[in-house]
Amino acid sequence: MATRALTKGLLGLRHVRGPTVKVSNSGRQFATASSIISPEPQTCSVRDKMLDLPLEKQDLFRVSELFTVKDLFDARVHLGHKKGCRHRLMEPYLYDSSLDYDIIDLDKTAEDLRRALDVTAHTAYGGGIILFISRRRQFCHLVENTAKQCGEYAHTRYWQGGLFTNAHIQYGHGVRLPDLVVFLSTLNNVFQQHVAIRDARKMNIPTVGVVDSNCNPSLITYPVPGNDDTPVAMELYCRLFKTVINRAKNKRKQMELLHSLSEPSEPSS
Amino acid sequence: MAANCARVVGSLFGKSVNFASSTRPVTLQFCRQICGTPALRRKNLGPTVPETFTAEFIQKQVEEFEIGKRHLANMMGEDPENFTQEDIDRSIAYLFPSGLFEKRARPLMKHPVEIFPKQRAVQWGPDGRPFHFLFYTGKQAYYSLMHDLYGRVLKVEKHQDQLRAKGLFPTEPKQIALGPSRWLTKEEMEALLVEPISRQDYEHFIQLMERLLAMPCCSLEQQFVMSHRQQLEAQSMHQVVPPLQKDDAGVDFSTAEGRRKSSRGSVVVRDCGAGRLTVNGQDHLHYFPVLQDREQLMFPLQFCGLLGRFDLDCSVSGGGRSSQAGALRLAISRALLSFLSQSEGEAMRQAGLLTPDPRVRERKKPGQEGARRKFTWKKR
Repeated sequence: MATRALTKGLLGLRHVRGPTVKVSNSGRQFATASSIISPEPQTCSVRDKMLDLPLEKQDLFRVSELFTVKDLFDARVHLGHKKGCRHRLMEPYLYDSSLDYDIIDLDKTAEDLRRALDVTAHTAYGGGIILFISRRRQFCHLVENTAKQCGEYAHTRYWQGGLFTNAHIQYGHGVRLPDLVVFLSTLNNVFQQHVAIRDARKMNIPTVGVVDSNCNPSLITYPVPGNDDTPVAMELYCRLFKTVINRAKNKRKQMELLHSLSEPSEPSS
Repeated sequence: MAANCARVVGSLFGKSVNFASSTRPVTLQFCRQICGTPALRRKNLGPTVPETFTAEFIQKQVEEFEIGKRHLANMMGEDPENFTQEDIDRSIAYLFPSGLFEKRARPLMKHPVEIFPKQRAVQWGPDGRPFHFLFYTGKQAYYSLMHDLYGRVLKVEKHQDQLRAKGLFPTEPKQIALGPSRWLTKEEMEALLVEPISRQDYEHFIQLMERLLAMPCCSLEQQFVMSHRQQLEAQSMHQVVPPLQKDDAGVDFSTAEGRRKSSRGSVVVRDCGAGRLTVNGQDHLHYFPVLQDREQLMFPLQFCGLLGRFDLDCSVSGGGRSSQAGALRLAISRALLSFLSQSEGEAMRQAGLLTPDPRVRERKKPGQEGARRKFTWKKR
């Protein structure tokens, strides 16, 4: 809940900083009479500085350096499915089709992938929970390893009904749901849209998803058109997400260390 | 809860005695409300949730148990430092003698770890982030096990590929010495993972394990595989052959015992060559007038074709004529094993001569005239 408020701020829906709304240490937004008069407490300023830094600087995590369009081409990200499998809503993302095989426009992919990696980095920087979902059996082990190596979470198994919508019964009271869900493949084993896309939307969780030419990109917050069938492409995505998350977490540790050193009298948030 | 039901005897032990049915303890109310409004009397009981015991509660129970153990030792006049669980059981049986047949219904005092079921602690830290990377699957222990197992399968495959590339691939695969063991059952797996598993999950797990075992270089993962197998007790398939002894006259003899229903018989078989049979000091014709009983005695010798060779000296007590004959038959068969080769002994075993007859008299049941016989049914 705390980081949901943070993520909202991070994603551009900036909360109004001023006397009307005060963000306390617990992260809840509320307005009190006293807050209108009294200035903001010192402890918030350190935290706010740390969280505003990625928003002030353009591409703090140097996401644009991570890959080029050539890398995407070498990883066969542009290869889509046949014309018969094409989803109507994917047509804007397709460059052409050769011998009935759809080809995804890599310029759009590059731009969308950079945006998605940026969002992931910002979420990880803010201490958010990232959940990787993929229902492809070939890549289940790879995705789980990726999640383990960057200290985040994965779900590559059968999706039980109420994991998001019935969380307090499934997991116990006081559970914290993911702040970002990354779909490395949006379809499940029977080539239907994964239930988690709809559930994440219901629970207001932003989603990043690699959408192939047979997938529906409408419910996903940050769709990334690309191939989700080839091992090379999947390894590329996993590597990119892992790098970006690790970078963001390291940056966060650096900033916390910096602030705790520069203002030792302040209680660290 | 447990404290309430133990308060009856808690004054002695400091609330450490738990009755065996402590999962649903009876709350003893010493003061009852005489008058009260219906609103007070009505208890809004919500849906029953399985009781979860917090770590603090278990900790408190452990402390109470330790204190109670020391009190008990002092009461029994023994050393509190070296008071073992056996001493506790003995003392409780002495102080609270119970005539109940069911042992589990009697008073007991055991360590709380054995009484309260093992439960999972809270799965996430103070910031809300879960500890396990597969927490959001709902079955983290099982899926983590499957992930680990699949990782090992891939590792063995990679090792095999490396050997093949070097040309060192073993032609005779070195199998893991499984020994007399079986896979852990579903219940044992659930106890291991502290998490319920469905039948299909268990079957998938076994299939993946079998796949690992089918690989030629699976001996790399021997320890992992054996940790999920249960060793079976080595069952001795062969009969214990009584030793062949020699008496003063230089005659070979062997002794064996046999039981049937409530008869106990023992026989000394001597390799004399006379073919005499003595039962309880009397000749067998006198002791067993019925032909059937004598046939039973002779059958082991007749089966092996050694009718006239041996001298039998039998003693038997208890039971009736038929059960005494059966007890002696078993005793004779066992004694003969020391004179025969292994194949002949195996033949005897297959004939059923070496199997003790397990049949005993079935008890009479209430509402029936006998064990099976019902009372005469009357239409009206």
